[in-house]
Amino acid sequence: MKTQHKRLLQRTYIVLIFGFMYLPIAVLIAYSFNESKSRAAFTGFTLDWYKSLLQNEMILSALGTSLVLALVSSVLATVLGTLATIGIQSMSRRTQLLVNNISYVPVVNPEIITGVSLMLLFVLWQRAGLGGEGGIFGWFTLLIAHITFNVPYVIFNVSPKLRQLDPSLYNAAQDLGCTPRQAFFKVILPQLTPAILSAFLICLTYSIDDFMISYFNCGTMQTLPIAIYSMTRKKVSPEINALSAIMFLVILAIILISNALDSRTYRKNQAAIRKGMAQA
Amino acid sequence: MDGSLIVSLKDIVVDFDGERVLNGLSLDIHDKEFVTFLGPSGCGKTTTLRVIAGFITPQSGSVLFFVLFITSLPPYKREVNSVFQKYALFPHLNVFENVAFGLRLKKMPEEQLRPKVLEMLETVGLKGFERRGINQLSGGQQQRVAIARSLVNSPRVLLLDEPLGALDLKLRKEMQLELKRLQREMNITFVYVTHDQEEALTMSDTVVVMNKGSIQQIGSPEDIYNEPQNAFVANFIGDSNIVDGIMLKDFLVSFCGHDFTCVDRGFQVNEPVQVVVRPEDVVIVPPSAGMLTGLVREVIFKGVHFEMHVDVEGKEWLIHSTQASQPGELIGMNIGPDEIHIMSRKGV
Amino acid sequence: MLRSKAARWAAAPYLVWMAIFIVVPLFIVIGYALTNADGAFTLENIAAIGRYSSVFARSLLLAAEATLICLVLAFPVGYFLSRLRANKQHIMLMLVMLPMWMNFLLRTYAWMTLLEKNGLINRLLGVFGIGPLNMINTSGAVVLGMVYNYLPYMILPLYTAMTKLDDSSIEAARDLGCNTRRILTRVLIPLSGPGIATGITMVFVPAVSTFIISRMLGGGSNLLIGDLIELQFLGNSYNLNLGSAMSLALMVIVLLCMSFTSSFDEEEMEGVM
Repeated sequence: MKTQHKRLLQRTYIVLIFGFMYLPIAVLIAYSFNESKSRAAFTGFTLDWYKSLLQNEMILSALGTSLVLALVSSVLATVLGTLATIGIQSMSRRTQLLVNNISYVPVVNPEIITGVSLMLLFVLWQRAGLGGEGGIFGWFTLLIAHITFNVPYVIFNVSPKLRQLDPSLYNAAQDLGCTPRQAFFKVILPQLTPAILSAFLICLTYSIDDFMISYFNCGTMQTLPIAIYSMTRKKVSPEINALSAIMFLVILAIILISNALDSRTYRKNQAAIRKGMAQA
Repeated sequence: MDGSLIVSLKDIVVDFDGERVLNGLSLDIHDKEFVTFLGPSGCGKTTTLRVIAGFITPQSGSVLFFVLFITSLPPYKREVNSVFQKYALFPHLNVFENVAFGLRLKKMPEEQLRPKVLEMLETVGLKGFERRGINQLSGGQQQRVAIARSLVNSPRVLLLDEPLGALDLKLRKEMQLELKRLQREMNITFVYVTHDQEEALTMSDTVVVMNKGSIQQIGSPEDIYNEPQNAFVANFIGDSNIVDGIMLKDFLVSFCGHDFTCVDRGFQVNEPVQVVVRPEDVVIVPPSAGMLTGLVREVIFKGVHFEMHVDVEGKEWLIHSTQASQPGELIGMNIGPDEIHIMSRKGV
Repeated sequence: MLRSKAARWAAAPYLVWMAIFIVVPLFIVIGYALTNADGAFTLENIAAIGRYSSVFARSLLLAAEATLICLVLAFPVGYFLSRLRANKQHIMLMLVMLPMWMNFLLRTYAWMTLLEKNGLINRLLGVFGIGPLNMINTSGAVVLGMVYNYLPYMILPLYTAMTKLDDSSIEAARDLGCNTRRILTRVLIPLSGPGIATGITMVFVPAVSTFIISRMLGGGSNLLIGDLIELQFLGNSYNLNLGSAMSLALMVIVLLCMSFTSSFDEEEMEGVM
């Protein structure tokens, strides 16, 4: 009786917390179908806000900017970070520690500091007359900022994987006839691919999601979070609700799909191992 | 074994971080031989193997393959292949592609490659496993893939670094026989590293006993066991009783207060020596009939035999016997001339 | 492995990048903080921070409140989650992380619509004849926004620390005569110490440096350090030197907070990355 009572209490608590976390999002989504522009009452069902969202030039171009920026900066950050990981691995322990500690700076520093410090660099850059006519702030500064805050995540994602790698894999490849270069591309890189890929995805999400650092380095350029910010300043804009609903669905879909893929390969492996044991 | 040299190491010196790992090691390995490097961990056996494979370039000394100097030839240009301690299979490739890896690098055409890989898999008992992933294999199966992956390249020498270390006892015994069979079938040289003396004695044509970066003894398993050249080898290979003695003249040695006839000669008169007697070579007799007498301290049942700890003039002897004496009993001990092995104390 | 010369050169592009875009900007911040508009050395900017001590105090206070509330709310969640069966744990973790993936501007915006004068909460309260309450543009709303945004950052490290905790150690404690309160203070809290430390850092640092939450939920009257800095760099009071000094002060606060929490545990930070 007592344990049952306790479990009910636990469940209630968990439900309340998850309610707290999800209700605001649910309300946003619900309002996205509300006919009335004001949030005073639910006057009827409509998809108008979705329509006007899809015709909103500002949002669409900001979305485009965000996607391209995320893609380009993530690709560059991933390449830069993967190369760095390999290089760092071959350094002495002391240099490794130094480089890793500096790489931690953008990770642990408040985003606003990373944002303003880069902004100051670009301001100096511009004052030195290197910015060209329209000033330096815009696409270029955004790209640099995004690469800068993303590379450390690549390093911290890939380097544990590189460290865990059985060093004899590299020897084995050479033993079977690989030159060092071939050994890297045919054996080492394929082992790192999952980590590199997940680092790339992390970069993509951080880049698309970033507001703080972009805010100080975008000039007149608008990324999606910056466009959202300017919309929230206008207080009432039901298109935001529609956008929230769409983003929530996209995120949900991505998570469900990646989860399903994960558990499928896991189950497949487990089944094969059992089969192998039975045969052996 | 046809006697021709295939690998020669001459005065190999290897240092790691200022610490000497191999101390002027010289060794000849003959073609089609099963050679085992045996020694405690840290004795330099794996390092020697890696010098032959080309993963380590020695500070000084030379490595010869037939008559070619290959001391600084990179591993991918050597006609030797390795089986690694933890197999080092490529997890991103399936069984077939792992085995085909070396052949693909040599750009062997598909129609030759396929039958060759399949045949190799059959030889190691993995027919039908070619599309399996590496993580879907048991330890023993992974071991077989690793061996197949090396052997398919038809190396002149196969290097094996404690390849059975990760397997359980039963599987180990099985794989020992399997490896021996493969070596005979393939008719190539195997260089094998282990710290397990029983494994070394079971499989090898030649055993190289190593300690602290130097070779202690090279010989057939029988030689190594019966004629250890020094106390280290005697102690490391099986149990033994080692006592100080004096060589009175050829074929006569004195230890523990008794003069024994033996089969050794060539020592100086009254030269101090060490005497090795294996525990199973001591014959227990009534005290009055014994060359030596001892007091039984402890008797432990070991299955096949009893292990007895016997006090002989203050020194503890180990005796294996199929008949148990009682603790506290006084026994006589006889040792035949063939069972006494004399080691020089020079240089010890 | 891979200790070749070629491998060492691979890091070169990043090292250059790191120097220009991580190290140099930090020194520029220091440089700006210690100079005036003409570029001459001065301590004026540092001294000027004193005038804003109330803002700094408010930031620290609100962030500390939010961190404490997060800790209290998240502790049971982390514990319950860590006791679930593996597949259930996985689903629940997903549920904890899902809101994190929504852009935080949208999450904060959601609370704007809930807390307003004629928002949903006030309308619900109105049904019972209460209110309308004045909820938005208060410091309470700011704390609420912080808690809401950063709660998952507290739950996750706590949960991670507690999964390493064996059921048997709790049973052992109970066996040795601990009551529930004692189990909490003698076993659970000490053993999840590293998780608590990480959680505190991960909530406190963004909370103390935010300017969005205060702007959207706090109206104009609840300025935080972040707002001050933003005003110096992009706002009306444009003063890069003063802004840099404030940034420097913020960094010091964050460093102090982190050195305080990292004294509990060094390694745990790595697990979070």
